[in-house]
Amino acid sequence: MIGQVFHGLGTGAVYAALALALVLVHRFTGVVNFAQGELAMVSAYVAWQLVDAGLSYWLALPLTMAAAFAAGALAQRLVTRRAADAALIMTIGLYVLVHALADQIWTSALRAFPNPFPAGPLGVAGPLAVVGAVLALLYLVIRHSGAGLTLRAVAADPRAARLSGVRVGRVHALGWGLAAVAGAVSGVLVAPVVFLEPGMMGGALVAALAAAAAGGFADPVTAVAGGLLIGVAETLAGTYLWADLRVLVPLAVLLALPVVRGGGLARVRT
Amino acid sequence: MRRLVLVALLLVSACRLTSAEVTVSSPAECAGQRADGLTPGKVLVGGVYPLSGPASAYAAVAQGVSAYFAWANARGGVAGRQVEFLVRDDGYQPARAVEEARRLVDSDRVFALFQTLGTPSTAAVRAYANQRGVPQLFVASGASEWGDAAYPWTIGFQPTYAAEARVYARHLLETRPHATVAVLYQNDDFGHELLTAFEEAVAGTGVQVVARRSYEVMDADVQAQMASLAESKAGVFLNVGTPKFAAQALAADAAMTTWNPLHLLNGVANTPSLIAALGPSALRGVLTTGFYKDPVTWETDPAVRTFADAVRRHVPGADPSSSQVMFGWTSAAAFAAALERMECPSREGLMAAARDLRDVEIGTLLPGITVSTGPGDPYPVEDLRVFRFGDSGWEAV
Repeated sequence: MIGQVFHGLGTGAVYAALALALVLVHRFTGVVNFAQGELAMVSAYVAWQLVDAGLSYWLALPLTMAAAFAAGALAQRLVTRRAADAALIMTIGLYVLVHALADQIWTSALRAFPNPFPAGPLGVAGPLAVVGAVLALLYLVIRHSGAGLTLRAVAADPRAARLSGVRVGRVHALGWGLAAVAGAVSGVLVAPVVFLEPGMMGGALVAALAAAAAGGFADPVTAVAGGLLIGVAETLAGTYLWADLRVLVPLAVLLALPVVRGGGLARVRT
Repeated sequence: MRRLVLVALLLVSACRLTSAEVTVSSPAECAGQRADGLTPGKVLVGGVYPLSGPASAYAAVAQGVSAYFAWANARGGVAGRQVEFLVRDDGYQPARAVEEARRLVDSDRVFALFQTLGTPSTAAVRAYANQRGVPQLFVASGASEWGDAAYPWTIGFQPTYAAEARVYARHLLETRPHATVAVLYQNDDFGHELLTAFEEAVAGTGVQVVARRSYEVMDADVQAQMASLAESKAGVFLNVGTPKFAAQALAADAAMTTWNPLHLLNGVANTPSLIAALGPSALRGVLTTGFYKDPVTWETDPAVRTFADAVRRHVPGADPSSSQVMFGWTSAAAFAAALERMECPSREGLMAAARDLRDVEIGTLLPGITVSTGPGDPYPVEDLRVFRFGDSGWEAV
């Protein structure tokens, strides 16, 4: 039982990181980014290429995060900036495009990804610590830096922010970049376990969307808690209940969490 | 045979004939049968494979088929006919597979569909092929349903998942008659067919299934399932996963020091990409089954040499050491055998020949394994051998 909970937390950490990315993008730009999982998948491939070229894992990780930040910001500038109301649809287009490109570049062959954490139940402490560190880092950036302040200003009222001289477009790109970093972390964490292939984030995206939606796509703490909860609940449902129930878990958490926290879905801004 | 022709004729009359339909006029017993895409000097054949998308690794099968036909054409063709092989991409999506099959039959006017790949795409194309009366030969899927008499225009090729399960059961009964078995399986028709057949084969013997856990194709990983199966302390682990999940299970098994079962890897998962991703240390001692010669282990075999030379010459982009290329080559050889044995030069004649192959030998099949069909036996290859992963790759047990 305890072992199963640990495994659930390991899976949940991946969902949590991706859910966090979804919340960041939505909170700062008002868009749910369906391509978040695919950007994370590409980040994992970038990390794999760096490690494959001989770099150490702990050097490849920050380089990948930097690349993910740039790619996220670029995606915002190129894809959603001019789309306005159609931005949501554009992210679905981005999903298809990125997936197809990855298929072309890396093919659908399985690839092994190095795992820096030890195997076994205690190994999940690693992913949890990494997600915790990313959450703390993002909190510090958003709460206590100048860039974070403008981010929050834009999130609170884009028009007022623009009138007071904030370059809203750039701030949106910053939000996408930070989100891509969180997503990259989830991709790199999940890759050693699931093996690299272009479809690797498909299942995680469903769970992450549920976790993010539970917090109204606005509350990072609920999103992270929801991700961990889905991971654990899925594992326990599969082990101790009917295995077919597993697929219902994200939906159940999506419906249950807002009831517990109050508001939830109703707080989704459009 | 006569009943088959009758059924075929009924099907033909049931569907709307287009004006360009080609029928046979002689010999008399073949009169009225259809032969689109077939002339004395040429035969047009179409195949639908996942060249893109999540299953695109199987595109290697199409390369093996192309290599075989190119090789046969260079030697004068199959029974004097040059084979023109059209390959289409379904991205592993059943709806696209039907669309491509329709295009091949209606606009390219192929004589027969040689291979659709995967159970979903094959099942989707089957309805169309049978309604239209087009042979759908030697499909690349191990489901038992391709032997269904309700679909006379469709026939499988490789041993069924059930046949494979019975080989594992037989091997265990011989080597470990009191084994306890833990099973990881994909929660769909593929997983259920293999698991059910295995359980039936060991029922009433000393071999016992003590734990079973399933996963969904949408799941991220199978870590939790593996942890719970390990608690059973079973002596044998039966891995009924598709390549990605089977690889995860193999890696989890290799990482666990407290549970070291005999690992049985199902044949679907035994792909070059899985072996490359895991490396030899995670695979050592694993058992699997196969029915054709592994191009690496059998490198010096004359038939395998012919295969490797032909692949290098005719399909330079293909990997002659890939078992999937070899699978395509071997199934294409069976298709050629059916073409050669046609009594009537028609679609009906091809199906009749495919359903009446008597112990046809193919050089790249393992010794003692033949392609054999007949009345009441719609399964071309039914035998498998057990292999263990050792220092030189898959070694015969």
